[in-house]
Amino acid sequence: MVGVHGLSTAPRAGFDVERVRMDFPILEQVHEGRRLVYVDNAATSQKPHAVIDAVTRYYENENANIHRGVYRLSAQATLAYEHVRAAVQQFLGATDPHEIVFLRGTTEAVNLVAQSFVRPRVGRGDDVLISHMEHHSNIVPWQLVAEQTGATLRVIPITDAGELDMDAFRSLMTHRTKFVSVVHISNSLGTINPIEDIVALAHERGVPVMLDGAQAAPHMPVDVTAIGCDFYAISGHKMFGPTGIGALYGRANHLADMPPYHGGGEMIRTVSFAKTTYAPAPAKFEAGTPNIAGTVGLGAAVEYLKGLDWAAIRQHEDDLRDYATRSLLKVPGLRIIGTAPHKAAVVSFVMEGVHAHDVGTILDEREVAIRSGHHCTQPVMDRLGVPATARASFALYNTRDDVDRLVEAIREVREVFGT
Amino acid sequence: MSDNLRELYQQIILDHNRSPRNFGKLEAANRHAQGSNPLCGDMLAVHLRVDDDRIAEIRFEGSGCAISQASASLMTSAVKGKTTAEANALFRAFQAMVTSRPSTPIDRDTLGKLAALGGVRQFPARVKCANLSWHTLHAALESQEGKKITTEREQE
Ligand SMILES: Cc1ncc(COP(=O)(O)O)c(C=O)c1O
Repeated sequence: MVGVHGLSTAPRAGFDVERVRMDFPILEQVHEGRRLVYVDNAATSQKPHAVIDAVTRYYENENANIHRGVYRLSAQATLAYEHVRAAVQQFLGATDPHEIVFLRGTTEAVNLVAQSFVRPRVGRGDDVLISHMEHHSNIVPWQLVAEQTGATLRVIPITDAGELDMDAFRSLMTHRTKFVSVVHISNSLGTINPIEDIVALAHERGVPVMLDGAQAAPHMPVDVTAIGCDFYAISGHKMFGPTGIGALYGRANHLADMPPYHGGGEMIRTVSFAKTTYAPAPAKFEAGTPNIAGTVGLGAAVEYLKGLDWAAIRQHEDDLRDYATRSLLKVPGLRIIGTAPHKAAVVSFVMEGVHAHDVGTILDEREVAIRSGHHCTQPVMDRLGVPATARASFALYNTRDDVDRLVEAIREVREVFGT
Repeated sequence: MSDNLRELYQQIILDHNRSPRNFGKLEAANRHAQGSNPLCGDMLAVHLRVDDDRIAEIRFEGSGCAISQASASLMTSAVKGKTTAEANALFRAFQAMVTSRPSTPIDRDTLGKLAALGGVRQFPARVKCANLSWHTLHAALESQEGKKITTEREQE
């Protein structure tokens, strides 16, 4: 647990992938004689001992409800929970821990902002702007708001390479635009979007911006103050933390203006049948007993990430991306989907004459875990004219050997399909 | 290649995937249904002409993985000329096969070439691919034209 049981956090100089791999017990798994190659990190990441142990330790030694008991354990659990809030605040570069709301993940964060911030502020004649490369979780909540309010959802187009069309974005920004929500790094294409430019353009017109950071947090340091965004969402499970926990950064003034989202315990100041008054943010948005163990695990993940050399990891992941791209392109009939110059270590591809689903099954027989399908980004698939893609998404613990195993398995796909 | 893969991707399946039989539109159709498994990106339309309770003509259109395409192709070949009751019996036998345990004997007498799809039993995630065309056929026979058929639950 952060600050309570935290190990030394001196950043490790350089990057030793073999040493990092030892932190992740699942990577030792061997199935029918084959070492697991896990390259589905955009779906969810694996967990280091530090996270697994923190959750276990919490349940074994520290479990109590928070913000309630006067006894020692409850006070400690409360302290630990709030400690993680401060750790996430620092991790995201926010200025105040009260700007961090604990939620189930990115999906819930987008829904909260859509319902509590945007819904009361828009109506007929207003636009909410998203992009063509959004995850369904950054599309559907806005469709709901549009239905509820009569506002119009407008979509920033993408290029064939899978980049945002920034000229189109500029022309879509009008006096009608009331909110912009875009993905920082695309989960299906890997594109890293020019978020600073997006925020600057929107703020010129006084339009608040939300960023979906689900895919960014595990791959690069994020500084919401430097980015200047109004809201930023992350999912714990994508950044080596537990499932069922994530966080929303929201500017203090926005959070203060927003009505509660769920009602219940924890989020009130006083309750009577005549009038209930709400606690200030973030408690206002955390009704009910929260995911305390998950939060403790998220704290351990953040602590783990803090101890790493990010420049070196960036180099490592870029190398994996380039090596995978080069190696895959040598496979006859294989085409890479998403070729933005500014790209994370996500390689989506299609194979002529072979559906992505068949690729996934054959790779699984070789103990290579990739994702095949639309990756919760159906509009991207439609736009780029593919029914589905196979996707390898790398994390800091992947190696060139993983890439070799991937490519070898893909050659077997060719063999099976005899093309 | 593993035995399981060899069993799944038998020549007959690869062949029906590459050159699907009874593929295309059917002008004279009097029954239709559509099926899709959006998570995989499988899409299918089945068109039938049923005369006097007999499937006189059947065609399918769509795109998807090898298993869904081969299954649709094999299905159309198997039910063409059959009565709707016979087609429904095949549907049930097919269901029984793909949802049975891998060690269960396959009723090859009833299923004929359809038995080639027994390999999906080793791949639980792929059963829905083999099933899609059959559920779509079933809906067409029941004249549930407007119903969107899927063999996949929303999941992520
Ligand atoms: C870009 C992106 N946004 C949002 C989400 C949704 O995250 P979660 O399912 O953790 O709420 C995901 C992951 O599925 C994602 O990749």
